[in-house]
Amino acid sequence: MKNLFFKFAIIFLTLVLTGCGYNKFQSLDEDAKASWSEVLNQYQRRADLVPNLVATVKGYAEHEEKVFTEVADARSKVGSIQVTPEVLNDPDAFAKYQAAQGQLTQALSHLMAVTENYPNLKADQGFRDLQAQLEGTENRVTVARNRYIETIKDYNVAIRSFPQNLTAMMFGYKTKPSFTVDNEKAISTAPAVNFGDKK
Amino acid sequence: MLSTFKTSLFAFCAVLLLASYNVRAELVAIPALKTRVTDLTQTLTPDQQNQLEAKLAAFEQQKGSQIAVLIVPTTQPEDIAQYSIRVTDAWKLGRKKVDDGLLILVAKDDHKMRIEVGRGLEGVIPDLTAKRIISEIMAPSFKQGDFYGGLNNASDKLIGLVNGEQLPAPGSPALSGRSFGNLLPMLLFGGLILGGMLRAMFGNFFGGALTGGAIGIFAWFLGGGLLTAIIFGIIAFFITLIGPTGLGQMGGFGGGYGGGRSNGGGDIFSGGGGGFSGGGASGDW
Repeated sequence: MKNLFFKFAIIFLTLVLTGCGYNKFQSLDEDAKASWSEVLNQYQRRADLVPNLVATVKGYAEHEEKVFTEVADARSKVGSIQVTPEVLNDPDAFAKYQAAQGQLTQALSHLMAVTENYPNLKADQGFRDLQAQLEGTENRVTVARNRYIETIKDYNVAIRSFPQNLTAMMFGYKTKPSFTVDNEKAISTAPAVNFGDKK
Repeated sequence: MLSTFKTSLFAFCAVLLLASYNVRAELVAIPALKTRVTDLTQTLTPDQQNQLEAKLAAFEQQKGSQIAVLIVPTTQPEDIAQYSIRVTDAWKLGRKKVDDGLLILVAKDDHKMRIEVGRGLEGVIPDLTAKRIISEIMAPSFKQGDFYGGLNNASDKLIGLVNGEQLPAPGSPALSGRSFGNLLPMLLFGGLILGGMLRAMFGNFFGGALTGGAIGIFAWFLGGGLLTAIIFGIIAFFITLIGPTGLGQMGGFGGGYGGGRSNGGGDIFSGGGGGFSGGGASGDW
């Protein structure tokens, strides 16, 4: 009888642990958190470049008040949002964070558009260095976001597939938010450089 | 009437077939990684290609880091950075966990180039340095049509930079995580046989305990990690306890783990599993 009990225990445990996806959720959840941390990392790196960039541009284009204010506002907004890995479990906080970063993206593109009017600035080695760093960082942000979207996709699919979704419900695993493309359309429209605005 | 129907059906199918080709612009395919220098535009002569290849191969022997060169006609409709990260994700240049890979990508007709820097080399080759190499070494040469010169000098510069970085010595450890996956089914099978013998000698309980211990130590020694080793030890213990009748059910369980990851067999040169996170720089000429 003892033999039979052991047999059933083994089989039961095996099914429970491997068939219902609990372990898979653990690893996918950790993957999601790791790729989210990477996204945060790269966005932070970008935010850190901004003060230097603004200072350099101001050296040549000090009267472009409007765009400097826009960049400063966007950066302080990004800095004021407390981001933790828990943001992943809160779609509202996630959307706020995404919007703030989008605003900084737009402000930076306005700034770079303004520099087109200053050939001396564009020739400045310090500025070109910063420009290279900014391009590099923007690329890393893109790569980190794409990796995050992939990871979240795997996680969400696992959470929602039957029969794993039962385990997910039992242990409280919910789908995590991903970056949306709709916001990006509004944000990525190229700013119109307005010559009539100069004081 | 039937012939009109057939003709119109044929026409309909033809239109569908033609229309389906326009659904999405084709992305440029990623070539297979067979050599360090891959030139799809016949820009470099075979001699030049061999010289560059030899230099990069010697560098990998000496330092362990992998540098590859890829020349394609174009990366459209993708941006060169988008294409470049797809290539490095597929090729996985550089050693796993060390991430010391580098890709020099040239899109000849687009007049664009990019240096994609692996995660582990971002310290010695920050974006700024990559940009400088592109604008000061590669672009001037490329403008004059001297592609080999530009690539050769850029490689020298990159090799010099990477040599200044502390990296693990070349030559991978005896058993990496990849081969552990392949050994799993053997481990379980070995456990069954060992278990049978020990059970016959020491009886169910002790036989199980000894088998569990042996398998656990074996698994740990092979690089499976302490927790995995303990789990395998426990599994082996139970298998031995259950005896021959339980083996059928457990066999299926063991088989499920045995997937493992296979080596891309037959490649002369293959990536080592290194990671990239989008670092590097692009430029044009």
